[in-house]
Amino acid sequence: MDRDKLVSLYRQMLLIRVFEDKSAEMYARAKIGGFLHLYNGQEAIAVGALSALRPDDDLVTHYRDHGYALARGISARAVMAELFGRETGTTGGRGGSMHLADVSKRFWGGYAIVGGHLPLAAGLAYAAQHHKTGRVVFCVMGDGSTNIGTFHAALNWAQLWRLPVIFTVENNQYAMGTVIDNHSAVTEIYRKACAYDMHAEQVDGNDVLAVHEAVCRLAERARNGEGPALLEAVTFRHRGHSMADADVQRPRSQVAEWKERDPIPAFAEVLLERKLATPQDLEQIARDVEAEVEDAVAFADASAEPARETLYEGIYAEAVSNMQIDGSLIGPPTLGPMIIKNGMGRHG
Amino acid sequence: MAEITYREALKRALREEMTRDPNVVIWGEDIVAYGGGGAYGVTAGLAKEFPGRVRDVPIAEEAIVGVGLGAAMGGIRPVCELMTINFALVAWDQIVNHVAKQHHMFNRQIQAPMVIRSPAGWGRTASTHSQTFENWLASIPGLKVVYPSTPYDAKGLLKASIRDNDPVFFIEHLALYGTKGEVPDEEYVLPIGVSEVKRPGRHLTVVTWGRMLVETMKAARTLEVEGIELEVIDLRTLRPLDLAPALESIRKTNRAIVVEEGFRTVGLGAEIAASIQEMAFNDLDAPIARVAGLEVPMPYARNLERATIPFAEDVIAAVRRMMEKKY
Ligand SMILES: Cc1ncc(C[n+]2csc(CCOP(=O)(O)OP(=O)(O)O)c2C)c(N)n1
Ligand SMILES: [Mg+2]
Repeated sequence: MDRDKLVSLYRQMLLIRVFEDKSAEMYARAKIGGFLHLYNGQEAIAVGALSALRPDDDLVTHYRDHGYALARGISARAVMAELFGRETGTTGGRGGSMHLADVSKRFWGGYAIVGGHLPLAAGLAYAAQHHKTGRVVFCVMGDGSTNIGTFHAALNWAQLWRLPVIFTVENNQYAMGTVIDNHSAVTEIYRKACAYDMHAEQVDGNDVLAVHEAVCRLAERARNGEGPALLEAVTFRHRGHSMADADVQRPRSQVAEWKERDPIPAFAEVLLERKLATPQDLEQIARDVEAEVEDAVAFADASAEPARETLYEGIYAEAVSNMQIDGSLIGPPTLGPMIIKNGMGRHG
Repeated sequence: MAEITYREALKRALREEMTRDPNVVIWGEDIVAYGGGGAYGVTAGLAKEFPGRVRDVPIAEEAIVGVGLGAAMGGIRPVCELMTINFALVAWDQIVNHVAKQHHMFNRQIQAPMVIRSPAGWGRTASTHSQTFENWLASIPGLKVVYPSTPYDAKGLLKASIRDNDPVFFIEHLALYGTKGEVPDEEYVLPIGVSEVKRPGRHLTVVTWGRMLVETMKAARTLEVEGIELEVIDLRTLRPLDLAPALESIRKTNRAIVVEEGFRTVGLGAEIAASIQEMAFNDLDAPIARVAGLEVPMPYARNLERATIPFAEDVIAAVRRMMEKKY
């Protein structure tokens, strides 16, 4: 990686951090509702991984997806507007925080049912294999997702058909409030891959360059037809599971210890040490991302809520005439078009 | 026109669509090796005709549907077979939370053009293997639900389902696979979401679908001898629901019975009866009646199994009660 790219990794991580802190503030001010899962502390994984992939490789994530959206190049404006539930958001206020998406960037969405998106990732990888596109699917989940049936079904299928997919587990050592020793019989998650004879690696999830290198390796394997892989990135989240979590169950000492290993200052040090950036450069980046996030908030706040009339749009690919709307039918039911008769025909 | 079975009609639809579109693939448990092609033989021989595109898959229904969905997102047109509809329960999260929601929740960025085929039915298979869930499926926005009753409809509607850009849950019935009907050799496609009058009559309208269409037609033939003429409406698609032919029929007959194989409580018949009375109250001379399966976990014993399932004689009894004003 050249200097500019390395510095851009730093910028992306900081953008995510500042964005997440601002989201928390907006949640406290009731601009954002529902479940809000923040990415503080785990930024090195999304940034390291996506920088290792091609822009047209497929991306599928769990609900902790803000970092991935931003690292994929979706504007902070569109993400913040989605959190605000506005029509300018990534899904026009339909999906919210947990379901960001931008298919034009081959980000196929964040998914909020634990493990539910893993089969989808395998399916996208099948499509890549079928059409010989050379694309790789990057699918991310949490440690808690490795106990549910879809994890095992998807890994087995992916390995069986040698699908080009990288299953990445962000092992932040907790599933909501349950510590990993208490939810998984195997706590080194990458070892679970051996049940499916799948290639697996473990990486320091707080080291953006280590993640980058691991994903480069695994993507290359997959692109060469060598099949899927399971990547475990060990990390920790700085905040509670979501904004609804008071974070009382994790020992303070553990949280403090991991905050010492914050991936962002650690990478700043690397840049300074290697003389790839000056302290002034990093200060300038901080000012820039602050401004970008402020602008995103102003944009979201100024955006309109989605129009009431759009509520039913998109339930089906083409409008369906006899669908219930607000308890009554849209207009009188209409006769279907005349069709080829089955002997009898419509009216005998 | 030749008479062929419902099973053969389905296979012809699959073959034609696979020939037309190289992106159509068929995935299911035991659809290639086992018995030469499927627990019920629908896919027999297709794997040879389309190498690599008809595949046996692991017994993991959540993955059959979920991997199918991902493939559909990526431009494939998968036809995912669930060996029987009972096993759809294992895939329920994928069907409800993923397949059906993609297009709306992601604001039209993602389409899910896939078909999930699965037979309902029973046959001394006891309670876990003798169910039908069309009432649940038909209540899910984003999903289309098709349930053909004849070989002709099965072929035309399966072709339409494969071509449709929305996900379609395509329900078949074990008791229908061997039934025969006329199917033209020329290609045709039927529209999803259009009900059909399967038999004209003056006295009473029966609204039904799937296997119960066959039982209702039997009932109609018996009652005809007594001078009672049933007008039989086959819904064919359960979501979206086309009630127009039923409403038009009731304007003439002023009486309606809804016949379904599933449970009566919160059955699809309840929805249909409610909608009819909302839209055609003034046309009705009698309360709408329902014929449905008995609400018990299906027993294995032959006599008890038979007692829970509606047959032509149950339709006949309901019609007689209505004609005799016993309500
Ligand atoms: C099937 C399912 N069960 C329960 C939940 C509620 N839930 C949401 S996130 C979560 C914890 C998941 O932890 P993990 O996979 O480690 O991801 P993390 O949040 O740590 O990133 C739970 C229990 C859910 N969304 N889906
Ligand atoms: Mg976790």
